[in-house]
Amino acid sequence: MSTPPLSTPPLGTPLTRNQMAWRAAQDLADGAYVNLGLGMPVLAANYAPAEREIFYHSENGILGVGPVALPGQGDPELVDAGSQLVTLRDGASVFDSVASFAMIRGGHLDITILGAFQVAANGDLANWDALSAEKGPLIGGAMDLSMGAKAVHIIMRHTTREGEARLVTACSYPLTVRGRVNRVYTDLAVLDIEQGQLVVREIIPGLRHDELAAVTDAPLTFAADCRELIAPDLDGGI
Amino acid sequence: MINKVVGDLAAAMAGIQSDASIMISGFSNAGVPTTLVRALGAMNLTGLTLIMNAARRIDECDASLFNDRRVDHVITTAFRGPEAAPANFEQQWKRGELSLEILPQGTFAERIRAGGAGIPAFFSPTAVGTSLVEGREQRDFNGQTYVLEEALTADFALLRAQKADRHGNLFFRGTQANFGSAMATAARTTIVEVAEISETGLRPEEIHLPGIYVQRVLQAPRQDQIA
Repeated sequence: MSTPPLSTPPLGTPLTRNQMAWRAAQDLADGAYVNLGLGMPVLAANYAPAEREIFYHSENGILGVGPVALPGQGDPELVDAGSQLVTLRDGASVFDSVASFAMIRGGHLDITILGAFQVAANGDLANWDALSAEKGPLIGGAMDLSMGAKAVHIIMRHTTREGEARLVTACSYPLTVRGRVNRVYTDLAVLDIEQGQLVVREIIPGLRHDELAAVTDAPLTFAADCRELIAPDLDGGI
Repeated sequence: MINKVVGDLAAAMAGIQSDASIMISGFSNAGVPTTLVRALGAMNLTGLTLIMNAARRIDECDASLFNDRRVDHVITTAFRGPEAAPANFEQQWKRGELSLEILPQGTFAERIRAGGAGIPAFFSPTAVGTSLVEGREQRDFNGQTYVLEEALTADFALLRAQKADRHGNLFFRGTQANFGSAMATAARTTIVEVAEISETGLRPEEIHLPGIYVQRVLQAPRQDQIA
């Protein structure tokens, strides 16, 4: 899709869900094989630059997921991992779950983008068990994807609804994987995990470094070339 | 002469008894053997072990399966209902009426594959360092730690495919295969519902699962998951 004009929201305005997904999509390289998790990560497919050829993997057995089928035209026996009736792109293939997870665990996917409850400065990820008193557990493919993909990118809000930090020194929720997260996109910043340190690469305009540090429960290092995190207006004006 | 095609549901489900272990294929709405699952629910068995990717899909297919202590043990990757309020099966687990083994999806698939391939156990990197594998046997290879995972087998596997022939050869459509092709290899009796029976036989090159793994085939139209 064509890139809409850059927005000019008030200084310090956090990114929307679509803008976080857009930012994550800009890092998907031409020729990449990519698995997108449910929720915000799947939105990234809408925002990857059109000139790049990207193969989306769905762990239920698709390499080359195309757009969601038009209403009434989908095949209920052809779905993605999010249960959407999808189409297949040129060059796509379908296979069973054993082959799909051999692809994942064997280190053949370039990037997985996942959601998270918490990410620790050492690269630990917690995203499967919310410790609910009433609901059952759900692991799905997250443990295999985060262990197997060459790069693990996370999209999550910088804090919980209650304002608690999600970027932490040590995860308090049960872990999905240890030490595998490379990059985190939040509504306030883009951070890399390097040698057990959170390195801020981009920060939204108008947010001071100490303000970002105050909502992060782990030490921050600001890259020497730390830039402004600016995304286009994808939500019809703010 | 080999003819694995059965004429009715009773013949398809024959021999399934209480305390059986049953693998059920399906991911989301694809490859779910809806007709067979509903027949299983109507058999009023108890003490079943169900091995399936997501409890929710089977519950949507036939909610009665999780009534009356029919299911004793579940091996799955997703044990969560779609609503904020707990589903019947979640409540039963919280009350201690059924036991649960929750697995990463790739480990689930590979344990079933191993079960059908004569491999009793294997080492996997998935879930190492998490609470899931605490206390389990681990071993280092080339500087990385792996956890020992044991093969999974079952008494029965219930599958859905698009096409079969009298030899039990299967052709899957779209993403129907998912866990089904491995489950068929890991179960002592594999029962498949299909949309079409090929009278002339499937072409060798279009066979996704050879008939050696399939014992019974029933023609049944695809039903919507939610009754």
